[in-house]
Amino acid sequence: MAPASCDPRAAWLMRLGDATLMLGHRLTEWLSRAPTLEEDIALANLSLDLIGQTRAFYTRACELEGGTRDESELAYRRAEPDYRNPLLVEQPNGNFADTIARHLLFSAYAHPLYEKLAHSTDAETGGIAVRSAREMAYHLRHSGEWMVRLGDGTRLSHEKAQAALDDLWPYVPELFEADELDREAAASGFGVDPSTLRGEFDAAVNDVISRATLTKPADSFGQRGGKSGRHSEWMGHMLAQMQFLQRAYPDARW
Amino acid sequence: MSAVASADRLKIARAAAARVADPELPFLTIEDLAVLHAVEADERGQVTVTILPTYSGCPAMNVIALEIETELLKVGFPDARVTIANAPAWTTDRMSPAAREKLLSNGIAPPEERAAKRRLFAAAPIVACPRCGARDPERVSEFGSTACKALWRCRACREPFEQFKCA
Repeated sequence: MAPASCDPRAAWLMRLGDATLMLGHRLTEWLSRAPTLEEDIALANLSLDLIGQTRAFYTRACELEGGTRDESELAYRRAEPDYRNPLLVEQPNGNFADTIARHLLFSAYAHPLYEKLAHSTDAETGGIAVRSAREMAYHLRHSGEWMVRLGDGTRLSHEKAQAALDDLWPYVPELFEADELDREAAASGFGVDPSTLRGEFDAAVNDVISRATLTKPADSFGQRGGKSGRHSEWMGHMLAQMQFLQRAYPDARW
Repeated sequence: MSAVASADRLKIARAAAARVADPELPFLTIEDLAVLHAVEADERGQVTVTILPTYSGCPAMNVIALEIETELLKVGFPDARVTIANAPAWTTDRMSPAAREKLLSNGIAPPEERAAKRRLFAAAPIVACPRCGARDPERVSEFGSTACKALWRCRACREPFEQFKCA
């Protein structure tokens, strides 16, 4: 699979942006449908943070690449294999427990990632990561508190929370698998090797799982492919919706 | 242009940029918020205003950039540029004491003093009700009407209020 950019730093940042874009888009699908008004507002805010982070990652990637592309082109004018997000973030919203479990797993990974990226040799990238890490602490707390409420709630909510965790667990290993691009980015001091984040992820997730009276799924096997452009069937459907306007009316602007 | 004249012009440019208000919190200027980072001129006299973005998803940044250009145009800088810098990273710690006072007098609790390092399940910060001052409110939601605000309710006076979130 060809790299997503001629510049490895840009390719690495674009992958972060792809993850936040897909998850941010997924959360917008909840708008006006969340269980309560406060939760509707909360999910909208989480989505806004993620799409804002995407814009920052994409914009910096485009600058590093040399400025021939912009954030909109990366978001709306690429094909499915060009996106290199982990499979976890493209999984459908499912029920509320599925969405919350997916968000817990992502934010427990992204929070330590951004905290480490704050020390990037690229000051602009570091600054984006500093702000994003603070936002991700809110995401981790929100999804963690909900997971505890669902797991330690009624018999039905417990069952749904456990099922959500079990269903999504196979998508966890991919988050922490380092490939050549990750190793190169980490070695140069620009980026972070995701395999160094698993300890912090486990600490946060184990804490939530035990408070939620849930059972940690066994590490049996991992679904992988998104980080190298091989996606699950859900991805194409999501892009078709997200990119509809630019496909139907190329170069349309506000 | 003499050095004195260009220093004066830069002061005028800075004052114009500093007048721009946050569109979502119109009683706060971008100087109060520390969104205004630098106003500089190159040897040809072209002015560049650097602003620091706040919350990643805050949609006010584009409006602020546009309003800076408009204010500078009014005082004679038709080709001023606005750039958005991610370093240094903005934090609520950068907000001025005046900003905190203005928030409070407009019914919004200011952020905690030091940027929160609060992690999962740590106790909620102690926030005083901006209406009655009671220090016993309950947090309704960490997410509110804008990316920068949380929802609270005072247990003493029973009024709901917003808090500018710590970041």
